[in-house]
Amino acid sequence: MSPHILEMRSISKTFPGVKALDEVSFQVAEGEIHCLVGENGAGKSTLMKVLSGVYPHGSYSGDILFRGEVQSFRGISDSEHAGIAIIYQELALFPELSVYENILMGQEITKGLSVDWNETIKKATQMLKTVRLNVNPETLVKDLGIGQQQLIEIAKALCKDVKLLILDEPTAALNEDDAENLLSLIQDLKKSGITSVLISHRLKEVIEIADTVTVLRDGRTICTLDRHKGEVSETLLIKNMVGREINNIYPPRHHKIEDELVLQVNNWSAYSPKLGRAVLKNVSFKLRKGEIIGIAGLMGSGRTELAKSLFGNPDGYEIEGEVTFHQQKNRFRSPSEAIKAGLAYASEDRKGNGLILIQDIKSNITLANLLKISRRGVVDANQEVKHANEFKAALNIKAPSVEQAVVNLSGGNQQKVSIAKWLFVEPKILILDEPSRGIDVGAKFEIYTIMNRLVELGMSIIMISSELPEVLGMSDRIYVVSAGKIAGELSREEADQEKIMHLATQ
Amino acid sequence: MTIQDLQKALNKNIRDYGMFIALFVIMTIFTIATNGLFLSPRNIADLMNQTGYIAVLAVGMTLVIVIRHIDLSVGFLAGFLGAVTAIGLSILHLPIWLVIPAVLVLGILAGLLTSLPVAKLGIPSFVASLAGWLIYRGLLLLSTTGTGTINISDPTFVALGNGSIPDIFPENSLFLPGLHKVTLLLGLLAIIWFIFSDLRARKQKKSYQFDVIPTDMLILKLVLISGALAFITWKLAGYNGMGWTVVIMLVVVGIYDWISRQTVLGRHIYAVGGNPEAAELSGISVSKITLMVFGSMGLLSAVAGILFASRLQSAGPTAGTLFELDAIAAAYIGGVSAAGGVGKITGSMVGALVYMSLRNGMNLMGVDESLQYIIRGGVLVLAVIFDVSTRRVKR
Ligand SMILES: Nc1ncnc2c1ncn2[C@@H]1O[C@H](COP(=O)(O)OP(=O)(O)OP(=O)(O)O)[C@@H](O)[C@H]1O
Ligand SMILES: [Mg+2]
Repeated sequence: MSPHILEMRSISKTFPGVKALDEVSFQVAEGEIHCLVGENGAGKSTLMKVLSGVYPHGSYSGDILFRGEVQSFRGISDSEHAGIAIIYQELALFPELSVYENILMGQEITKGLSVDWNETIKKATQMLKTVRLNVNPETLVKDLGIGQQQLIEIAKALCKDVKLLILDEPTAALNEDDAENLLSLIQDLKKSGITSVLISHRLKEVIEIADTVTVLRDGRTICTLDRHKGEVSETLLIKNMVGREINNIYPPRHHKIEDELVLQVNNWSAYSPKLGRAVLKNVSFKLRKGEIIGIAGLMGSGRTELAKSLFGNPDGYEIEGEVTFHQQKNRFRSPSEAIKAGLAYASEDRKGNGLILIQDIKSNITLANLLKISRRGVVDANQEVKHANEFKAALNIKAPSVEQAVVNLSGGNQQKVSIAKWLFVEPKILILDEPSRGIDVGAKFEIYTIMNRLVELGMSIIMISSELPEVLGMSDRIYVVSAGKIAGELSREEADQEKIMHLATQ
Repeated sequence: MTIQDLQKALNKNIRDYGMFIALFVIMTIFTIATNGLFLSPRNIADLMNQTGYIAVLAVGMTLVIVIRHIDLSVGFLAGFLGAVTAIGLSILHLPIWLVIPAVLVLGILAGLLTSLPVAKLGIPSFVASLAGWLIYRGLLLLSTTGTGTINISDPTFVALGNGSIPDIFPENSLFLPGLHKVTLLLGLLAIIWFIFSDLRARKQKKSYQFDVIPTDMLILKLVLISGALAFITWKLAGYNGMGWTVVIMLVVVGIYDWISRQTVLGRHIYAVGGNPEAAELSGISVSKITLMVFGSMGLLSAVAGILFASRLQSAGPTAGTLFELDAIAAAYIGGVSAAGGVGKITGSMVGALVYMSLRNGMNLMGVDESLQYIIRGGVLVLAVIFDVSTRRVKR
């Protein structure tokens, strides 16, 4: 076995009220793909931030050995210098700049005092080829899909002389195709000698790609498994991550869907003046009381646009078509009208559109329905804490208290807060846009269980998701969206992955 | 209680108490430098009256900055509305009960007008309010062209900026001679109310098993703050008693602090500041909140304009010059964040007090005006650096 390129020894890191890492040891062999898995809040991101110098030497205890030397990084630039590149859970690109400017941001090629743009473009083109991304380097990053942006991040990292590439949940926001593509790229990089650490909640891909898997739980190393010794399996991973066995992650649902239509959309079209193109064309679908419909489709196919255009149209599309909401023809003119009528939309973009990061958990949970806990316009602080605590317990949100600022939560726990916020509204129809993005198996199971309970109580759910197993596992019916149109409708019985992908790529 | 405990508690709450410590340091320095003149009852009363109109503006500006905007027009708007008040009272001889409400309404309308393009068309507030700055300056000049400075003699009006609350007990009674009894009474009530509400909040927190500060620390805090309140009350009582300006300032701060912390409206304002997109998707109308916050800014500009005109007993063509920058400085010293969503009303009031103490103290010392500006600039930068750095270190 090859020697270790990285060894982290008894790393401990404490935040106020939280021991995020507790004597964690972590070893990565040279040239392998090492997956890091664990529940939300287990400490994965924190461990990688310690490694990359985001949390500088001195703010944690323990030793880091990289390529045989003890390292004390004081910042990201130190670790980059040593050959470590990290791609965060949240992308850090400049949307208004072009692809080539982004790729060489911070390592500009200069001629005298000025930037040599020709060389820059040449180098960027070369990097794009390495990551197998076929776009014009002059394209603005904001015009690319998330999968492509992810590849740009990798290209950017590869520009530097990387020995160890760390990817924190790179596939969470990708659809199957983009994810496949990314994973095979990582395997190619392995061939060219780059070691990778990959954090992921998608256990299938972990099993497919990892040489070694380390499991963290509650800030401790639970075990390290070697795939080549046949130690890696889904059941074993789940058991080590959660500490118990989960047999069926899509819990069964036993109830009858009623015939009553709660939502009917007819010939719904939307034109975006900002983008200068139509985003939805003649979309029609219906939703019954107590039903979960899945909306599948590729990134950028118009699923989120459909949800937002129904939810009071905050982006100002020009809309044609008809909606019947609980037997009433009604087109909502603002999110507040939609919420009042009983429609809720949990955004896929929890940081940008879902949460107020600087505020605490309780304020975020109650924000969309403050009237429920206030009298004559005055908020009852005790009621607020009480409700927030109930959600914290029900969704197992990991935090010292509901007064913790959301910015300090792990990615998956933020997602739970953003779902709790809409459950607090008690809507009749709940639109969940990528509800399980970035959350662990245990939490997924919890959220699916809650979804089941909600529809049993008579709520209806529209679930937008790029994860096909989830769409297949949870939906009563599935609509596939492609290029702003409904490409097809599948019943639970007839649907399978191939059929969905076939419709989605029409 | 050990010194370490004290240090730990201080470090943890440095953001909350830093401003008070700064105020204390500044006041001590001036007291020593002026041989106690700074702390004389007369000067304290003066300082409080000077702070009034800036504090009122800073309160409104806090909310404007919280929702990630700025309002440059407030200074000349205050000046212009002061002139309107003067015209109403001294030239048109209208009754005061008509003039003041009318001016307040005019302030609200002006604020709404400034923010209409901001809220509806997405014009940057810097530009919209810069236009307001120019326009109100023009209007101020226009309304004082024929007359020059307009004097105001209405006694009720003049009392707002110069008079004190009445004392129901005779001044030279045997009981506490020479002191203003109603002021003392109010101060006493304030101390009792403060201690009571602090203890109640603590008890509530405890019932939820939240962390509370240790008992000895609590006692220290209560003693210090009650002591400060008692001290100011004593000083004010020693010189005519509490001024109407102080009363108005405290009422404004009290109402706004309550709105910002306890009401649905307040929560919506801070949500818009924290993340406008998320707020909109939570059913909060960002444009409505923007209009309301600027409307309130206009209202408070009117209050400040009235206080200032009353204090000078006149309205002149340069009234209100640079008030907007004083208010912005006070808000930043008080800990408002330019990134939006963060800032306390009480912080801004203390910020105004710090800022005006500097001006008042340096005037007493006879510091040259040029140097005064430089020092005030330095303090502003220091305050913001302090704020930013204490926000980062979270340990
Ligand atoms: N800046 C911070 N302040 C306070 N607590 C923090 C901070 N950053 C992380 N934590 C806490 O540390 C713990 C570990 O967080 P971390 O982000 O490493 O989890 P994770 O394993 O990456 O989870 P996820 O899968 O949800 O991304 C969590 O309980 C989190 O709330
Ligand atoms: Mg993470």
